Amino acid sequence: MIAYSLDWNNVAVASLSAFFGVNAMYYAIAAIGLNVQFGYAGLLNFGQAGFMACGAYALGMTSHYFGISLWWGILLGVVYAVGLGLIMGIPTLRLRADYLAIVTIALAEVVRLTVRSVSFKTYYNGSDGINGFAEEFRQVTPFNQSGRYELSPFADSVSTGGAIALWVAFVLTALLFGMMTAQKLKSRKSWPLVPVWLASAAAYLGLLLAISTKLIYPGLQFKSITVGWVIVAILGWLVWLLMRSPWGRVLKGIREDEEAVRSLGKSVYSYKMQALILGGVIATFAGMMLSLDRGSVQPDNYSRDVTFFVLTALVLGGAAKVSGSIVGPMLFWGVLAFTDVFLNELYKAWGNNISIFGIELIASPSQIGQFQQMLVGAMLILLMVFRPQGLFGNRKEMALDGR
Amino acid sequence: MDVELSEVAQQAKAALAGVEPAPGAAKPDPILVADGVRRTFGGIVAVDVDHFEVQRGSITALIGPNGAGKTTFFNLLTGFDKPNTGTWQFGGRRMEGVAAHKTAALGMVRTFQLTKSLTKMSVIENMKLGATQQRGEKLWNGLFPFLWKHQESEIEARADELLSRFKLDHMRNEYAGTLSGGQRKLLEMSRALMTRPKLVMLDEPMAGVNPALKQSLNAHIKGLRDDGMTVLFVEHDMDMVNDISDWVIVMAEGRLIAEGTPDDISSNPAVIDAYLGAHQGKSLMEDA
Repeated sequence: MIAYSLDWNNVAVASLSAFFGVNAMYYAIAAIGLNVQFGYAGLLNFGQAGFMACGAYALGMTSHYFGISLWWGILLGVVYAVGLGLIMGIPTLRLRADYLAIVTIALAEVVRLTVRSVSFKTYYNGSDGINGFAEEFRQVTPFNQSGRYELSPFADSVSTGGAIALWVAFVLTALLFGMMTAQKLKSRKSWPLVPVWLASAAAYLGLLLAISTKLIYPGLQFKSITVGWVIVAILGWLVWLLMRSPWGRVLKGIREDEEAVRSLGKSVYSYKMQALILGGVIATFAGMMLSLDRGSVQPDNYSRDVTFFVLTALVLGGAAKVSGSIVGPMLFWGVLAFTDVFLNELYKAWGNNISIFGIELIASPSQIGQFQQMLVGAMLILLMVFRPQGLFGNRKEMALDGR
Repeated sequence: MDVELSEVAQQAKAALAGVEPAPGAAKPDPILVADGVRRTFGGIVAVDVDHFEVQRGSITALIGPNGAGKTTFFNLLTGFDKPNTGTWQFGGRRMEGVAAHKTAALGMVRTFQLTKSLTKMSVIENMKLGATQQRGEKLWNGLFPFLWKHQESEIEARADELLSRFKLDHMRNEYAGTLSGGQRKLLEMSRALMTRPKLVMLDEPMAGVNPALKQSLNAHIKGLRDDGMTVLFVEHDMDMVNDISDWVIVMAEGRLIAEGTPDDISSNPAVIDAYLGAHQGKSLMEDA
């Protein structure tokens, strides 16, 4: 215990960059899809990774098997996802929710084992995965692939046009968040709307600008991040629109009691199928963005853990809320990166040993990862104990459970 | 009692006056006709109804001891369960094999014995869900509010009207899960009315409802008949059955055992046997 100089800047850059990074982005897309199925329609889909693989392999197969342009892969991915949704849904949607869970987890594994099998190497290139299909995406770029970019209007690397675009985006985001806060405060404490709105918008803008100076990405990643978050925004907005429509109302009704909805003349089976397929199609975009960013498709990127991490991130943010499905994944990866970098920095700063009250917690770098998992697990448990509805979930709704 | 009867109620009573009080009796203007409906669970015959008719515009009670097959019969008629054999028509249309959700669209709506309120949705959302043929319930239309906003406000107005009729308007924006048991019964019934049904099938509407609310629920059910609907309900509360029904059908062990006006039924020996056992009034020692 000699030097206590922790590199806080490093910690901040790493965790904030992960907050808005590639992982958070593609998890957010997958979580928006899962939210349609699980959060709104109550379908326990444990096969989201399978749908993501549909998107990834659709892109990969364009050059590897079909020899067509990368952009056809988007259409192909949607077709694959609809197909997988039908295969999952037709036998199980008439049964109770638990059976859907079992079938979806199995089918997602079937997808993964099929694409990595030697027999189908011509189509999916086995466990090597598919590489070098993303050039068309990489070439269309205003960014220098080897450069580093900051998502800040003050950064040197940002052009005048880019700075203006960033200012507009930041101000609009701040105004939107400010309005949400002001409306909440108005309904809870009857504070006046406009002054609170402007004040909180100014505070959010300041926060965004402060955060933005810490967001630094390599050129290639910067591109997938910007494209990805635009997709997140569009999909989030579409789902938000849908869930305020009578269509969304039927889904929520099915989540509560499908017999009641059936007695009111709605074809429950058809709505469940629509929800399963819509959520799956959304998730294909997650697989596409991941493989475009990596420039490669790997079968083991779509294993069960991905499904469960996405589910965890969704519950963390709050199910049945669009905001929850977007912020949950950001927080999930932000916290993972924070604990990782923080422990590493602490390890270095404390002289290659972390011990508290003489108890040695971490004695070698290889233990940092394990300790980090423990910390994150403990945090999730605490969150579920003290805020079971997730960050954005509705406490009143949770309290109605079990009646 | 007869002085307060509405015109519609008098018509219903008059139409049924000439009907012979026997199981499976033919009615002058039946809305629902069932023939040979049989449902077995393994070796147990749950429902075995030879002939069954419900008079249009009447309130018909379906009574019987526990396990008589009343709810199963409801499930069969509304497509929630499939019979082994049997045919039935609703308003002249063949209904066997019609999916549950289509029966509601055809004007035959049911409620459940265990109330199914959609707890995490507000009362008004529960109501609006009941309306049929909503344009916004199609996936693609949902994205374009201008396609359904107009219809939505009409539905909302109708829902509000029903809520105030059933005295639930003060709970309009509360979660349905915060309602009391009796209020949930009211919500379920008014939600069913949102489908604009011709035949309302109520499964034990009075179970768990306090006496004060029972009175107003009785009035509501009579109101349905006055609005031109036919009501078929399952109930154990004999006071209610005597009070509101024009015709009573009795089931026991899956079969229809008696039919008639409430007065006929209360003096029918077969009904007393079914409810209280064939040895009613005799000394228990005789059998021994």
